[in-house]
Amino acid sequence: MEPLVPGQVRVDRLRRRMIIVQILGAGVIVALAMAPYVFEPAVTSQWIKLFYLITLATAWNLLAGFAGMVSVGQQAYIGLGAYGVFVFNDLGLDPYSSALVASVAIGVIAFALSFVAFRLRGGYFAIGTWVIAEAVRQIVIRFDSLGAGRGRGISDYTADPVLRNLFTYWLALGILTATLIGALFLLRSRMGVALQSIRDNEVAARALGVDVSRAKRIVFVLAAVMAALAGSVICLQQIGVQSPSQMFSVSFSAFMIFMVLIGGIGTLEGPILGAVIYYVMDLYFSQMGLWYLVVLGVLAIAVTLFLPQGIWGALRARFDITLFPVGHRVVAVPGPRSSSPAGARPSQPAPRTDPQTDTTAASARTEG
Amino acid sequence: MSRTAGAGEALLEVDSVAKSYGALDVLTAVHLSVPAGQALGIVGPNGAGKSTLLSVINGTERASAGTVRFAGRDVTAVGADARARAGMGRTFQIPRPFTHLTVFENALAGATAGAGLHGRAADDRALEALVLADMLDVANTPAGELPLLGRKRLELARALATDPQLLLLDEIAGGLTEAECDSLIATIRELHAQGITIIWIEHVVRALLAVVERLVCLASGVIVADGEPDAVMRSDEVQAVYLGGGL
Repeated sequence: MEPLVPGQVRVDRLRRRMIIVQILGAGVIVALAMAPYVFEPAVTSQWIKLFYLITLATAWNLLAGFAGMVSVGQQAYIGLGAYGVFVFNDLGLDPYSSALVASVAIGVIAFALSFVAFRLRGGYFAIGTWVIAEAVRQIVIRFDSLGAGRGRGISDYTADPVLRNLFTYWLALGILTATLIGALFLLRSRMGVALQSIRDNEVAARALGVDVSRAKRIVFVLAAVMAALAGSVICLQQIGVQSPSQMFSVSFSAFMIFMVLIGGIGTLEGPILGAVIYYVMDLYFSQMGLWYLVVLGVLAIAVTLFLPQGIWGALRARFDITLFPVGHRVVAVPGPRSSSPAGARPSQPAPRTDPQTDTTAASARTEG
Repeated sequence: MSRTAGAGEALLEVDSVAKSYGALDVLTAVHLSVPAGQALGIVGPNGAGKSTLLSVINGTERASAGTVRFAGRDVTAVGADARARAGMGRTFQIPRPFTHLTVFENALAGATAGAGLHGRAADDRALEALVLADMLDVANTPAGELPLLGRKRLELARALATDPQLLLLDEIAGGLTEAECDSLIATIRELHAQGITIIWIEHVVRALLAVVERLVCLASGVIVADGEPDAVMRSDEVQAVYLGGGL
């Protein structure tokens, strides 16, 4: 590796990798969007679940993995997303528009709730979000129009089940796409470094000028909107809500934590991998009943003990791979206006006699 | 590289500042006026309240009483983040690195949030800070993997990346070898020459005296001596604080 010499470095954001990711990503999304023309509705309706699981895992990872806010109350927004579909559907909107409008309204609610939640820190924050979720559930079931404690169905919905499935599939895919693109660009922006600095040391972040409350609030609201959209997809797929305790269940949080930890917290790829693993296990082993949960638990314990960075974290450390580049790498550039033509391989050796190189190398030795 | 304050006016004005934790008074009525461009050293025994004074100045801790004015503005009720954006850089005695970010990204946090820069300008500012702190060679190392001395230097690099007008240094020379200490002195002299106002807490008096033009001695939460460094070091108050009373 070329030594880093003052004046002969630049910052690499892996732009070429980003372009490849965008092209490949666009290809995958188009292919997934066409899938309903190839596969049976029974197959694609299964994929809807995978899409909202990845959305939920990504949202929780933004909160906990990047901003350091470990929440066990995201079910508040999942539930509100589901119930929001009823509210706006009853006002005359079609169910799909209802889902989108509801998510905006829930973003506003999350903004207000953040002022309560942010009064707490660490473990107290986690429990506080759970309490808020429970309170939200208690309020929602006061409304008879929302089915009170019993759950209800969507009243105004397309009759054709094939079309219904098709639209829900596309909505879920669209939400997943928006979530991943949003997370990728958020983390590549200045906000990405700010959020991770807060996660690693809030006092130091503040002393460097990071507006901690503002950054946290933005992520809190974004994660709530993502959870709300996932909740509305669940509602649309089931054509309603079976019971409020299902939609506001804390087990949503347990599964989100499972997916993120298994896959790799603090990476964008990890939660996707974790969601796929959870989805496959759920698909094939959930009929095992109690033993299925035991296996999930053992897997979670094994991964946290032996692969503390998660499966993706271990893969990345082993093979140095990145699908979604969010980091910065300082790389050496050939000397300015050098004899070698632009674009040629940087073949000329670094000026090893340069006194700067010597001092940096010397200090590296004393440090090591 | 630094923003200039109004000439002749004090850049920092600490007026009757007190800080207590419950019944424990750490600072009592501290007055300190620092003109723009000055390099001020603070000495004092352990527990004198030196770090607390820095925390009250940069907003990490709120003063229990008194006011802090910076660049002509009362910042007593202003948060640490806003003070950093206004031009206060601070290092911590016990390093607080962003362990999962690289050394470069640590500095970038200061350049984007503190100095308010974007894109290439922020990258360049962060790189410049790494060069000043002699850390460019470890730019891609995760900060959590740095040894203690690297972490201390990172504190300086990050604070410099915020493009500070006032730099608050908390014992950054402690534990350095002679050679490293000399290079640190050269760096801080260079910053001082660029017009950055410096307040430096240090137990390594040799390093301090090589840079500062004014010295303050803090003991039990009050300033006991203030003035020309050699005179302060020789003063009866400082001798009593360090060598025990009655001398």
